[in-house]
Amino acid sequence: MKQKRKERIDRGIKARSDDVFSLNSFREMLYVAVPPLAPVLLLIILPLVLPSYWQKVLISTCVFALLAMSWDFLVGVGMVSLGQALFFGVGAYIAGVSNKILGIPIWIDLPLATVLGGLICTVLLTPVLRLRGVYFSMVTLVLPLMLERIVEAAGIFGGTEGITGIKAFTNPFVESYVIVFVTLFALFAFRRLVTTDYGLVLKAIKDNDRAVMSVGINIYWMKAQALFITGCVGSFCGAFLTHVYGFVGMPSFALDYSILPLSAAVVGGMGTFAGSFVGAFILVPLSEALRGIGGLRIVLYSFFLVVFIVALPEGIFHYIQRKYQQFERWVEVDK
Amino acid sequence: MWEVALIYGFVNSVILALTALGFSLTFGISGVSNFAYGAMYIFAGFASWLLLNKLALPFFLSAAIAVFLTALLGAAMYRFVLLRVRGLVISEVIATFGVGLIILELFRYLGFSGFEYTLPVFTDGSLLIGNTYVDYQRIWIVGVGIVLAIGLYLFTHYTKIGLAFRGIAQDEHTALSLGINSDRIAGLSVAFGSGLAAVAAILILPRGTIAVNDGYDVLINAMAVCIIGGLGSSVGVVLASFLIGYAQIMTDILSGPHWKMIISLIAILLILVVKPSGLLGKQKELEERI
Repeated sequence: MKQKRKERIDRGIKARSDDVFSLNSFREMLYVAVPPLAPVLLLIILPLVLPSYWQKVLISTCVFALLAMSWDFLVGVGMVSLGQALFFGVGAYIAGVSNKILGIPIWIDLPLATVLGGLICTVLLTPVLRLRGVYFSMVTLVLPLMLERIVEAAGIFGGTEGITGIKAFTNPFVESYVIVFVTLFALFAFRRLVTTDYGLVLKAIKDNDRAVMSVGINIYWMKAQALFITGCVGSFCGAFLTHVYGFVGMPSFALDYSILPLSAAVVGGMGTFAGSFVGAFILVPLSEALRGIGGLRIVLYSFFLVVFIVALPEGIFHYIQRKYQQFERWVEVDK
Repeated sequence: MWEVALIYGFVNSVILALTALGFSLTFGISGVSNFAYGAMYIFAGFASWLLLNKLALPFFLSAAIAVFLTALLGAAMYRFVLLRVRGLVISEVIATFGVGLIILELFRYLGFSGFEYTLPVFTDGSLLIGNTYVDYQRIWIVGVGIVLAIGLYLFTHYTKIGLAFRGIAQDEHTALSLGINSDRIAGLSVAFGSGLAAVAAILILPRGTIAVNDGYDVLINAMAVCIIGGLGSSVGVVLASFLIGYAQIMTDILSGPHWKMIISLIAILLILVVKPSGLLGKQKELEERI
């Protein structure tokens, strides 16, 4: 019996556009330009055409895309977090407290909560920078739960009631475009960052931390910087949603904000950021369309998470990318 | 008051040890992640409740079937989810955590909450120790807990399967070369651990109603006990249970029940920062931190 195998050949345009950039037709230019331009155009047009309910969905989709990208970035440095809700919750509470109690206006509050939230999360996680793998995951799983319980037990920051009456955005278009531009900026900035020398060092820490230490780079300092970047993105999401809903409370540390970004990144494909983006834009609108099932949301996300981890660990984005850039055909195996 | 603290601290410690035994067997002793552990615990509770009230089976029969079903669920989870990602620790953790979430949130969605979801106690009445009343259910818990802890120690040190459980955690390739089918043993370990979770659920749940949120608390408590005691150490599990158990009762008495759960969380953080291999842990001392 003749056996066959699948042969994969890169398209000529891919080989040329990868580093040489000798594109000599509009068709080839489109081939290179369409994938990055599509999300940009889509996100800029969507707020103009969507009805007001789906605008809110767009906002939460962007927030989850941001959280998923920040999760992906942290995984790229070898730190697998099971609690993005930590970053989210810290940012949310800072924004809530500083706006309601200190009376700081929104446009100062957002950057303040972003940077301060990043700093606080980095400080909280500094003692466990030395931990690797599953131990770091456990700490991140435990921390948001702990902060939630402390808020409940001590009754600080509104306790179980939360803080209401936080100033919201006045114009819905401003609201949508802020999060859209931050999401796009984060998407392209992260993709650029991991290809710079700095990003290579971060990637090396994941691959072999001792080798990085042995060339004289302080990996704890690098890890702290990565945590700060992730913390800033996560805190921004928290602060932003606090201002959208006008409310901050214990649900800010809820499991949703940990498990959904994780599902989005795994479903979309890890390591590319575009994957997290795609994942969030599939999962969040999907769960919104199936709104009738309400409480089943977390079940749905977990289900996708498990199925993709077991059956398609590379994720949707890598799959699409391969189809886009390669020919595939069956050829006979040489004996 | 100190007498109450002493006695209830002891009971609480044994409860903790009991909830942690299954997790310790799977994650600590054989090195296979089972973060669906809390879900298994709640699953056993609801399964036994359903068998008892919907099929009107006698209590002990329904309890036995529930334990068996939970072990089966664990084995199925291993076969269809864990086996595919075995060795990729992070994927193991995420996948099993996801399975646990599916089970727990499905119960929540199906409306399993309320005061009618209680399991009956084994024997009614209570016993007077000094000036403190301790009900018979707690005596049962202490008795079975101690027997199971000793049984687990003997099982993992003197039987072939038990030794194989420890073997695959220490060095899987050597275990393979000695004729241990590591995939089968890991599956057995998940099934045994789930079964132990079910036993703990049947014993402990009659003290209150079966609540979905308990699943998360059970997982955190079991994690706390295993991490603090040290992975792979049976004595460590007992020691850590008593440390956390008494600490919880003391905070409960001194500053209220809200702070009780925070103790395990703080304990996990502290021990991971100071000595991640746990008080008595021997495995993985080099791998876990740099």
